[in-house]
Amino acid sequence: MNETVVSMTVNGDQRTGNVEPRKILADFLREDCGLTGTHLGCEHGVCGACTIMLDGRATRSCLVFAVQADGSDVTTVEGLAAGDELNPVQEAFRAEHGLQCGFCTPGFVVSATAFLDRNPDPTDDELREGLSGNLCRCTGYQGILRAVRAAAEATKARTA
Amino acid sequence: MKPAPFDYYAPATVDEAVQLLRDAGDEAKVIAGGQSLVPMLNLRLARFEVLVDIGRIDELRRVEQIGEEVVVGATARQCDIEVDGTVAKSVPLLAAATPLIGHFQIRSRGTVGGSIAHADPAAEYPAVALALDAKLDVAAPSRQRTIDANEFFAGTWMTALEDDEILTAVRFPVWPSGSGFAVEEVARRYGDFAIAGAVVGVHVEDGRVARAAVALFGMGSTPLRAAEAEAALVDSAVDQIDAAAIGTAAVVSTEPPDDLHASSGLRQHIGRTVVTRAVTRALQEAQNR
Repeated sequence: MNETVVSMTVNGDQRTGNVEPRKILADFLREDCGLTGTHLGCEHGVCGACTIMLDGRATRSCLVFAVQADGSDVTTVEGLAAGDELNPVQEAFRAEHGLQCGFCTPGFVVSATAFLDRNPDPTDDELREGLSGNLCRCTGYQGILRAVRAAAEATKARTA
Repeated sequence: MKPAPFDYYAPATVDEAVQLLRDAGDEAKVIAGGQSLVPMLNLRLARFEVLVDIGRIDELRRVEQIGEEVVVGATARQCDIEVDGTVAKSVPLLAAATPLIGHFQIRSRGTVGGSIAHADPAAEYPAVALALDAKLDVAAPSRQRTIDANEFFAGTWMTALEDDEILTAVRFPVWPSGSGFAVEEVARRYGDFAIAGAVVGVHVEDGRVARAAVALFGMGSTPLRAAEAEAALVDSAVDQIDAAAIGTAAVVSTEPPDDLHASSGLRQHIGRTVVTRAVTRALQEAQNR
């Protein structure tokens, strides 16, 4: 097997591993870094469960090979909280019943965090479009929308 | 679902990249953003022995206006095009089409050249390139050429590129002031490929259409120029134009695909509707600029 060394910053820590070129970033994070918060649903870019931040942008980690992320800065769902303090989106998902089985939740939380970073005060349409790249097979979308709306309000109140 | 094994190269220059392609023959594939290729690899709909990643070639990511053209490097990312000031000002149709591509998480990695070289007939960028008569710069070992957009798209996922060629840049002509543009599409859900869509550009002088470009996507095995619709627009007085008739002219000679997403007839109906809407908006914009 032709393995190569990859090295990247994951949630602030330098992580290095030997990977086959075909190993997708999501599997590197789960298997080599032990960060199993990143979930794999469809593995072809549709469901959004594997969404992570790659160099500051929300990205499908099933559509990037680990070798392509060599030298990059990655944040997974495990890296969103500051110690024991959840980020506003995580807090709102808990408060507003934004999850049922929880499988899609890491992807939604990362996507919503990235979305609100760029659009802190979205209209309802923008919010729905912003969340349209993630699927919840429990169909718990109303709670998710409510949670992300609450996170936007909470962030606005905090910075006002 | 894991891809079959492959060798991976991430060259730093175009010269190196095309040499790698030449050496590997048809067993090699270029990867840029990977947002179309990686799903196909994961599903094993496609497999290659060698992937040549052009994502680390800095010179391919530039976006700049040179004279009457905006040169967009092949690996310029869609998320950057979406907010690029030069693109917004000088190639507004490219800017307008970008938010319709996939979801924002896909546009984080997806590239201009990747979308065009992938040549999905329902994708937005190929239709934009076709409508605007873009020039596609292509490099191979010790050889370069330019392909007109109207000669580039050969069929579903097929282009005029040879195995050892890389699309390096797309040159979009800048239209004069007094031009208006619009993109319209119908998709089942946000982010899905369009069932059918249209891009329109018009240049209005003294109340008459001096130049028109109408292209359809999702309506055939390649993006299509709607020559009848363009001919009906050119030289017409803007206040006499029947946009619905233009919509009909755009689709009469099409034979759109019939699949589980939509019948051929529904696609023609949608094609007519999106052209009508896009022509109306483009004409309005042209008069306001």
